[in-house]
Amino acid sequence: MKAINRDHKVRNFHQAKWDEPIIFELHQEGERGIIPPTAEQEVVESIGDGVSVIPNALKRKSKPELPEITQNRVLRHYLRLSQETLGAAFNVEVGQGTCTMKYSPKINEVFASSHKMTALHPKQDEETVQGMLEVTHNLDLYMREISGMDNFSFQPGSGTQALFAMASIVRAYHEANGEADQRDEIITTIFSHPAQAATAAVKGYKVITLYPDADGFPDIEKLKEVVSDKTAGFVVANPEDTGIYNSRIKEFTKIVREAGGICYYDQANANGLLGITRAKEAGFDMCFFNLHKTFSTPHASGGPAAGALGVTERLKSFLPGPIVEKDGNRYKLNDDLDHSIGKVRSYHGVPQNILRAYAWIRALGADGLKDVAETAVLNNNYLYHQILKIKGASAPYIKGKRLEQVRYSWEQLTEDTGITTDDISRRMADFAHQYWTSHHPFVVPQPFTLEPTESYSKADLDEYIASLTHIVNEAYTDPEKVKNAPYNSSIHPVVEHDRFEDPEKWAITWRAYLKKTKRSEVTS
Amino acid sequence: MADVKSTIAHPYIPNTVPEVRDEMLRIIGANSVEELFAGIPDDLKYNKKLNIPDALSEYELSRNLEKTLSKNVSTKDVISFLGGGCWEHYVPAVCDEVNSRAEFLTAYAGDEYEDHGRFQVLFEYQSLVAELVDMDVVNVPTFDWAQAAATSIRMASRMTDRYEVLIPKTISPDRLKIIKNYCSPHIKITLVDYNPESGEMDLDDLKKKLSEKTAAVYFENPSYLGFIETACKEIGDLAKEHNAITIVGVDPSSLGVMEPPSRYGADIVCGELQPLGIHMNYGGGLSGFIATRDEVKYVEEFPSRLFGVAPTIKEGEYGFGDVLYGRTSMAQREKGKESVGTQTSMWAITAGVYLALMGPEGMKELGQTIMQRSQYAVHELDKIEGITASHFKGVNFKEFVVDFNETALTVKEINKKLREKGIFGGIDLSEEFPELGQCALYCVTEIHLKEDIDQLVQAVRSFK
Repeated sequence: MKAINRDHKVRNFHQAKWDEPIIFELHQEGERGIIPPTAEQEVVESIGDGVSVIPNALKRKSKPELPEITQNRVLRHYLRLSQETLGAAFNVEVGQGTCTMKYSPKINEVFASSHKMTALHPKQDEETVQGMLEVTHNLDLYMREISGMDNFSFQPGSGTQALFAMASIVRAYHEANGEADQRDEIITTIFSHPAQAATAAVKGYKVITLYPDADGFPDIEKLKEVVSDKTAGFVVANPEDTGIYNSRIKEFTKIVREAGGICYYDQANANGLLGITRAKEAGFDMCFFNLHKTFSTPHASGGPAAGALGVTERLKSFLPGPIVEKDGNRYKLNDDLDHSIGKVRSYHGVPQNILRAYAWIRALGADGLKDVAETAVLNNNYLYHQILKIKGASAPYIKGKRLEQVRYSWEQLTEDTGITTDDISRRMADFAHQYWTSHHPFVVPQPFTLEPTESYSKADLDEYIASLTHIVNEAYTDPEKVKNAPYNSSIHPVVEHDRFEDPEKWAITWRAYLKKTKRSEVTS
Repeated sequence: MADVKSTIAHPYIPNTVPEVRDEMLRIIGANSVEELFAGIPDDLKYNKKLNIPDALSEYELSRNLEKTLSKNVSTKDVISFLGGGCWEHYVPAVCDEVNSRAEFLTAYAGDEYEDHGRFQVLFEYQSLVAELVDMDVVNVPTFDWAQAAATSIRMASRMTDRYEVLIPKTISPDRLKIIKNYCSPHIKITLVDYNPESGEMDLDDLKKKLSEKTAAVYFENPSYLGFIETACKEIGDLAKEHNAITIVGVDPSSLGVMEPPSRYGADIVCGELQPLGIHMNYGGGLSGFIATRDEVKYVEEFPSRLFGVAPTIKEGEYGFGDVLYGRTSMAQREKGKESVGTQTSMWAITAGVYLALMGPEGMKELGQTIMQRSQYAVHELDKIEGITASHFKGVNFKEFVVDFNETALTVKEINKKLREKGIFGGIDLSEEFPELGQCALYCVTEIHLKEDIDQLVQAVRSFK
């Protein structure tokens, strides 16, 4: 009997396509999805309808025009749309570089969905949340080990919010020293998340951006030029999104600290560093980790996430409160922080992610964490080695090994074929791959950024490489094929891009769409 | 304890298999993994072992965490009357089913071509909340109500080029802390007094404080202390007289029975999504939305992502994308509007599911049940001599201030006694609002049965 031929190099993929209507189009008057509890007869007898006490001006006059849909039809709609979403659990998720799309262990979802987590109220007495406080405190201790910092707050709800909290601490620190007016500049780098610059600006700082030198390191000579008694802080990732570790980082932090600035470390790219090198020894005053990146909590379609914010002793009193402390055998909330910036996210941040990250660390242990870093870096260097063999691909800046990710370039490919990184992005969807270019501005021409983490096998990486190779071959032989992609996605390219730019045409809600399309029917 | 290490390959890390590692090293031309870290100077290498416990197998981990979590007393274990910005509501099973789907749970920032479903559900969420608040623009949500309020304030400040905002003194102290930190150093937050009888904003004080410097007046309905602000139109008119923007924060569980603020003068509406099908999660369930009219001057000030609908090359297909992407910090770094990044999209998806399930009737019934049950609780507590559950005279929604000043006990002592009886009493206001003395903020929602409320009343009566 002849075996079934499985020799094809790229996946013969087709994403689900349900052609779902917008949920409002499922409306059938009178249908119900769920019926909320109603008051008991005795309550009604005692109180009446409960709503006639609302002053007339504040009584809802017309019902909200929500759709009326039976429960299973709502469920089916959302399940269909879920199938049109390529979550990390489904693909070789190396394409969303900088996002550290690793495996989120299922057992941690069991913990996170326990009512001992979901049904906790943030204001309940600390005696009744000793388990949660214990987890938080222990995670603080682990984070101290990993970073060398002296105290952590888990209040920030994301990396962006952690950056904002750190910029707030920088300002509060200089205010406490009477230097807030004088120190009005924060220095950052171009190969960093845009939120480094943006959150500093929200806090009122002038932003100075360092560009890379010929090797891809932030330009140290430029730093020396711009640093002064106006410097409030310096924020940087290391490695930056190029995956190049700045070996002179200690000199950078020394220059800034000697000028009186605070050095804060964006550890969004920490996955290759666990147990290898730490923020403290590199001279940082503060750092943060994304629990949804390095520490495996699921990205949740874009949050809730969590930023673990660590500081050295001299900045502890500036942390947002409360922080968790151990007192004998009990855990307590300490909101007695003299210079606290106040709060950045309500209550205690995103505790379910504190729990997941804690469980992930316990499943790995110290040795396992180092395995994570080493394997992430091994995987990345393997991918890097193989991608550089693909015609038209390059990795600008210093030659030699990279850490956990690389920002590549298709400059040559675009020059040769006219195919751009955006074209490749659309075509990668046909083979079940995520693919990301870069933040703006594109400093590297025709960029793409890959981060394979520790979660993917050699065979997984080979599949991703084979897909890219296949597309590049198409680019050189049949560029139209790539340009017109995708073919196997749930969706085709949007036309009329002015629908996202023109106020007469954009529709941010269904009701706006109905109004605007009706208007155009009348006029046309 | 089993040594996971001894099995060598970790279940989460495929390439811990030694043969595979060796082969990969051979292919890339390295002798060891250490070589790959050559870019890190020796003096920065951490040569000790991290002081973190050894790995646990999944079963051990499970036992360990179950034991730790069992030290928590959840609101399912007791009857809880805690609210104040995070509330216990019924979460329909379909909400949990959708938000635990691995497709949504593990997605992140993919493009339309990979994540079409994510784009559509977020557009639908925007559209569903839009109906509730009667506004045409709703954002992909931010972290929580406090952040939504803080961003609304910054939007108003940019639109008016003014730098002072008036906020009622009755706002949640935690929310105020967040707003203050987010708005500093540019925007001055000035608090407006309240009427001690009703709790409502003191309009004379508001008039005094309004000026050509006022960017916005912000107030909440229902307020943090549970009462309904009734002079909404007057507040909005006063703001308008001074060319200031009116921002109203809302609890959306009230909007089936209460008029949306857009109909009484609000220019920007913001609020908390957590009541809409999201578990409290010790506060981790919070998510803040912002809504405005569909006018360029508002839309261009949003820092958030705003998904719009557009046709694709295929006839009859809905496509989605970012409206005015150029506004954002992703496009313009420090020159963008504030900053945007990972926020709370999963809670947006969940709130959308909730509103689709509830429909107009469900939201109306929800509001009504909450009002009946909370009024019943006030009515019953008021019968206890020395206790007033209607400290503020007027209409409440969901929450109310219970005054224990006439008892010999502090709120702290009462709450301790209640805990012993399996009840979480209301939030102690004695520190947050010292002028109220021994008062507590109680929350009653649709989940509180008559018997739960009766149990509370009986317990409180027994302490007298």
